[in-house]
Amino acid sequence: MTRTTSRLVDVAKTLVVPIVFVLAWHAAVKLTGTRLIPAPREVAVMLWDFTFGGVYDDAFSKTIAVHFWASVKRVYAGFFLAAAVGVPLGLMIGRVKLIRELVDPTLQLLRPVPVTAWLPLSMIFFGLGPNAAIFLVFLGAFYPIVLNTTFGVRSVDGKLFEAATMLGCSGSSLFRQVVLPASLPSIFNGLRLGHGFSWILIVVGEMTGVPEGLGAVIMDGRMLSRADLVISGMIIIGLAGFLSDRVIVAINNRLLAWSPQHRA
Amino acid sequence: MPDSELHRSAKPILAIKGVGKRFSMGDQIVEALRDISLTIRKGEFVCLIGASGCGKSTLLRIIAGFETVTSGTVEMYGTPITGPGPERGMVFQDYALFPWLTVRQNIGFGPRQHGLPKEKLDQIAARYMDMVGLTKFSDYYPSQLSGGMKQRVAIARVLANDCEVLLMDEPFGALDALTREKLQQELLEIWERTKVTVIFVTHSVEEAVVLSDRVVVMTAGPGRIEHDGRIPLARPREVSAIDFNQVRRDITQRLTSHLTNSVTAVV
Repeated sequence: MTRTTSRLVDVAKTLVVPIVFVLAWHAAVKLTGTRLIPAPREVAVMLWDFTFGGVYDDAFSKTIAVHFWASVKRVYAGFFLAAAVGVPLGLMIGRVKLIRELVDPTLQLLRPVPVTAWLPLSMIFFGLGPNAAIFLVFLGAFYPIVLNTTFGVRSVDGKLFEAATMLGCSGSSLFRQVVLPASLPSIFNGLRLGHGFSWILIVVGEMTGVPEGLGAVIMDGRMLSRADLVISGMIIIGLAGFLSDRVIVAINNRLLAWSPQHRA
Repeated sequence: MPDSELHRSAKPILAIKGVGKRFSMGDQIVEALRDISLTIRKGEFVCLIGASGCGKSTLLRIIAGFETVTSGTVEMYGTPITGPGPERGMVFQDYALFPWLTVRQNIGFGPRQHGLPKEKLDQIAARYMDMVGLTKFSDYYPSQLSGGMKQRVAIARVLANDCEVLLMDEPFGALDALTREKLQQELLEIWERTKVTVIFVTHSVEEAVVLSDRVVVMTAGPGRIEHDGRIPLARPREVSAIDFNQVRRDITQRLTSHLTNSVTAVV
């Protein structure tokens, strides 16, 4: 088998389950005659109208870009904020005993609180608007990033420190040349997990009464009893989360080419 | 002048005087070393041999500067050792290579700390990659190398950093017999070429007799020197030779005499 055909076979394999799922969905809607759940075809029409307009010509026609862009901005504002705070904090917790003793117990106490439970408070802190959503995304991404970074630093093989000091590397260059690269696989695990949570929390965050965003679209769909709109929103969030995860994996594989067990 | 005479006349590089080391493990205090005195001359190849727990690795780590002494002194060229330094290069049993650096970058790690320009670094790395026969693998990562190749990189890494004493902690212990023999021969060639001083920890009598000028036999509980003697064999050495076997038997006896004595005492 040539490389192209084997690749085509791989693609075909990944499509089997989704195709079966869509067929089953279609059959279930037709057999039960439900009017609460739209058939796949209606969702496809909705997605078309959402993207290009010309079918329903209502408030949602041709607005996908507006909502998508609003959500992407919030997801990445929250995610990058979480990375900017979480990675350095995790490095310090892992490396400096005093900071670990000061910060770690509080983190461990706060961590079990579900991020969604912060929603009412975040609305009080940031009001109705995008900032409350960004805060939730930040919190959701923050914990996995900080915890995995700390874990990465703590599990650097002590022999590597000995080897580096013996070769004349010390102080801040030890940090840059040993601690950072050695904990990079864990840092990336944390970023990837945190990134996944970001896309989950954006929906919750955008239920706080923002006019635009994929989460807002889903909330509107619920209130208008338009399940086709809800499912369209879900599909777009799913795709966006998937595609941006692939980007992180690609960066990960490039930076961690040295570590075959960390290739995703 | 025979080999051993030459070494005897060379100047001392390391002086270990009355070294003792105690660890606290939980609420117990373990005496790892007691009253160790040893002078090592420049260019010597010394093997430390003994059963596990005799403190041979601890002694090596003290010389490396990774551990401090509880009593006594360790001096290099008359200056007390206070911490790790490039002049004493450790080769670990599990390699301790930097997995995110290529072979070339691992070997260049030490020289890079002195801020040398890139051409100079590449030049040094190339020289030592050639010495250990890894030129073809310069852009490989450690995870792509076999155990024997990794240990060659580890040796090149400390030599490239101008180490004067090569400290080797059971470096070939994790390798298969064939690779082990090959690396022993390569190490001897490097030693003869560079005139580096080698302190080599092993628990294999054969390895000690193949490699060293001088064998220091250590015994456990607490770790101390049982015997310190030269290997009266010309190089290259042949493991199947009669005189080789004699030396091997003699050292094995010294290693185990202590054990049998203590067993008789208990009985």
